[in-house]
Amino acid sequence: MVLPKRIVAGIQSVGHRVIDSIWRLGYASRFFLLTLIKSGTSLRRFTLVIRELYFTGVQSLIIILMSGLFVGMVLGLQGFETLQRYGAESAVGTMVALSLLRELGPVVSALLFASRAGSAMTAEIGLMKATEQLAAMEMMAVDPIARVVAPRFWAGVISMPLLAALFSAIGVYGGYLVAVILIGVDEGSFWSQMQNAVDFHYDVVNGIIKTCVFGIAVTAIAVFEGYDAAPTAEGVSGATTRTVVTSSLAILGLDFILTSFMFRGMG
Amino acid sequence: MQRATMDLWVGLFVMAGIGALLVLALKVGNLGTYSASDSYQVTGNFENIGGLKVRAPVKSAGVVVGRVTDIQFSTETYDALVIMNIDSRYKFPKDTFASILTSGLIGEQYIGLAAGGDEAALKDGDTIMKTNSALVLEEMIGKFLFNKASEGSSSENSDKN
Repeated sequence: MVLPKRIVAGIQSVGHRVIDSIWRLGYASRFFLLTLIKSGTSLRRFTLVIRELYFTGVQSLIIILMSGLFVGMVLGLQGFETLQRYGAESAVGTMVALSLLRELGPVVSALLFASRAGSAMTAEIGLMKATEQLAAMEMMAVDPIARVVAPRFWAGVISMPLLAALFSAIGVYGGYLVAVILIGVDEGSFWSQMQNAVDFHYDVVNGIIKTCVFGIAVTAIAVFEGYDAAPTAEGVSGATTRTVVTSSLAILGLDFILTSFMFRGMG
Repeated sequence: MQRATMDLWVGLFVMAGIGALLVLALKVGNLGTYSASDSYQVTGNFENIGGLKVRAPVKSAGVVVGRVTDIQFSTETYDALVIMNIDSRYKFPKDTFASILTSGLIGEQYIGLAAGGDEAALKDGDTIMKTNSALVLEEMIGKFLFNKASEGSSSENSDKN
């Protein structure tokens, strides 16, 4: 019975992986709940969150603003190129605004946020763990989740919608720059067609809901991966990579789910 | 970094973010031009709404005065019930005529209101009595071909006679 032994071993390794990943998922959800429960201190001592807001929000501003501007400009060029074939080049404002508000603003800014701020968060917490700073805090009866994890989590959740709004707003002006100033689409119809087509509740609010969900997902993954990292140099680098990969996949998957609930071809 | 500078930057960041949200709401979106809060609701029964969709504009003399909020099917009259919110700044007479029009040849469909002469104005919950269905292109082509065919046969008949 040589072959069955191998088959058994193969099935065992599959089972091992499944159980392992489910265990990790459960651990991550428990960690997430623990962060929420213990975030009372960080909300009371709001200076902790402000410090983290500076690192995650303010320092991500330049990359978000630059990418937003360029994405909007590219949308303006491509939109004009396609729409002028149908003689509808004045609808380029509508196209730029809707694609930014509904999809590109939330998704691209969340992807950038994950790789800019999320990875830094993971590396920082992971290194704190590797250098036993977290253990030292516990020795001093300071809860590392309340003191280190929760402020970072809330800073990420707060800054994500703001960054995405800035991304979309500057993207619209990027589209304006290309379509109206460079190409010469009529300015009045650019704005008025946009305002006719963009509904505040349907497009803007749904986009904000998306960014809030992405913000929670990205920061929860980032702080968990940092906290869970193996306390070695290799462990921290692996955790940082996993943060970027997992949160990018989570953003795109969640985006599909949210879109299928929000925009079902009505209107 | 000093506490005060950090606070300053974070304050600027939050204010810029909220400002961007306001830009999106007022300049990009339609919150500045149309608000759903002060509006009244009227219903119109249409025989055929064509491709009219929820959130389509309601226009009078080309000006957007409201929006379609819901479209239902009535099993009593076998008509389409179109529910629209009209800005309460605009009052329309009770015998206003509502028709489904198309902007351009392949543009979106909207509801056009043409004011009547009644003294009483439409109120919240009223029904517009006079409606005109959407023009369905296939039906029009069918009618046109039918007319052509009957014209052709009648001219043939007259030739024989």
